[in-house]
Amino acid sequence: MSKIKELEDFATQVRRDILRQVHKVNSGHPGGSLGCTEFFTALYQGGIMEHKPEFNMDGKEEDIFFLSNGHISPVFYSVLGRSGYFPVDELNTFRLINSRLQGHPTTHEGLPGIRVASGSLGQGMSVALGAAQAKKLNKDNHLVFALLGDGELQEGQNWEAIMYAAGNKVDNLIATVDLNGQQIDGSTETVLPMGNMKAKFEAFGWDVMEIDDGNDMQQVIDGLTEAKSRTGKGKPVCVLMTTVMGNGVDFMMHTHAWHGKAPNDEQLETALAQNPETLGDY
Amino acid sequence: MKTYIDTGKKDTRSGFGAGLTELGRTNPNVVALCADLVGSLKMQDFIDENPERFFQTGIAEANMMGMAAGLTIGGKIPFAGTFANFATGRVYDQIRQSIAYSGKNVKICASHSGVTLGEDGATHQILEDIGLMKMLPGMTVINTCDFNQTKAATLAIAEHDGPVYLRFGRPKVANFTAEDQKFEIGKAVQLYEGKDVTIIATGHLVWEAIQAAQKLSEKGISADVINIHTIKPLDEKAIIKSVKKTGCVVTAEEHNFLGGLGESVARTLAENNPAPQEFVATQDTFGESGTPEQLMDKYGLNAAAIIKATEKVLKRK
Repeated sequence: MSKIKELEDFATQVRRDILRQVHKVNSGHPGGSLGCTEFFTALYQGGIMEHKPEFNMDGKEEDIFFLSNGHISPVFYSVLGRSGYFPVDELNTFRLINSRLQGHPTTHEGLPGIRVASGSLGQGMSVALGAAQAKKLNKDNHLVFALLGDGELQEGQNWEAIMYAAGNKVDNLIATVDLNGQQIDGSTETVLPMGNMKAKFEAFGWDVMEIDDGNDMQQVIDGLTEAKSRTGKGKPVCVLMTTVMGNGVDFMMHTHAWHGKAPNDEQLETALAQNPETLGDY
Repeated sequence: MKTYIDTGKKDTRSGFGAGLTELGRTNPNVVALCADLVGSLKMQDFIDENPERFFQTGIAEANMMGMAAGLTIGGKIPFAGTFANFATGRVYDQIRQSIAYSGKNVKICASHSGVTLGEDGATHQILEDIGLMKMLPGMTVINTCDFNQTKAATLAIAEHDGPVYLRFGRPKVANFTAEDQKFEIGKAVQLYEGKDVTIIATGHLVWEAIQAAQKLSEKGISADVINIHTIKPLDEKAIIKSVKKTGCVVTAEEHNFLGGLGESVARTLAENNPAPQEFVATQDTFGESGTPEQLMDKYGLNAAAIIKATEKVLKRK
């Protein structure tokens, strides 16, 4: 089996995990999670990140990742669990009382793989920046990755961080923006048009590249590999990755309706049928 | 009665600067961040000696707090400095999520707290920061009284694992605590032993409490005076022990009476040993422009106000 097919199978299982987590508690954010399934799979399973599932908070001598748009926790939890950070069947506890799998990720409950709480939007880029600076001080040549939502870029703190990163040549940082064009109240175009994202990052001094189809595994792997090759050259690297919210479930795609809504029993069955079991359900 | 000697007026912020400089020499993990107020925070010596360990974020406090959180991931001990208003109210959510909830070992170092920043007025003053910070689970809150104590506190918090809010000020105030003091987080400092009233003060009001106790003694009133430099965790034992003896209490702070030291003391006493209490603090108001002395006088934050509050609370015993 080709590596790409293996990764696609992994992603299909992750989609099942996302749907089942959200369905079980009738809450959570399936849309953005499904859209970023290929990205997370590539990072943790596709050889993009050098990482250690035994997990150390400081993350020295390994690549580390920060999720800024914390509401897409179901995809993060599924990929971390299936990458050996914690038992996969813990996904059964998502959003339940006394769980380590809080609605939005947190360090507070000690879940391996999580290095900062996120959920209140706009803060992840700054934290990633600090961690990247710490790596430079520690003479650790590994990379810091961050994922941000496009709607999240409406928060001003991002632009403080974006300015700082370029101004201080933080070139061990790869920030990926999930361009799905949707947010809670509608499309980003209708809620608050943000104009030309590529031009904006470039104007701030970043090296910007694009992944046209962030749900095509080969493109994601190639794009992130290319992004890695652009690090260490005096500029932070931005990857603008176009994805489809709700990817892999036909009735959830191309709409903001499933941003924060769980499928009912019937909808779950339909969605799971479109994503047949590959690695085994938890 | 013990005499406390003012060895020369100095600002508490310079105590922070001196402590940070010493940490730069002794603790290689200490890093510093500032949002365009290096001179005000007295950070220049640290920067001169450790340029690679300093991060100038520009006028971008939210990013500074997030970066500080990130720097801990890699084992650094970040000291993030700016004015108290911008170090708390402006970035409350960043501190809440990225630092406190995430349990990050960040030291938030806040200068120009209270009204004694003076002429800049209410936009730059803050009288609610102790309340904001003490409400955050896991946050240690420290408000120091003079140069020496601020320096000692700066050194001590580097050894403490967890988020800390260290609050100090702009004006030059009496420097009267020992140069070689040991700063113990959460441990009250007994300044006078007395039997009639307990006076509990923090920050710039500690020196005023000493002056008040001396004047009260001339009137035959003996005051138990406690310097509470750590508002959270509060030394409840010391407070309860003293008030059990005296039966009444005056709290004194350069902060709103809502949410500050006084309320923490009141809660402790309500739970353990209810007693009449008077609050020397601002009365739910913003500050304004003026010299520090004028403002302390106008808002009732000095020895005279402590004496008045003592006479009032004694009648309620």
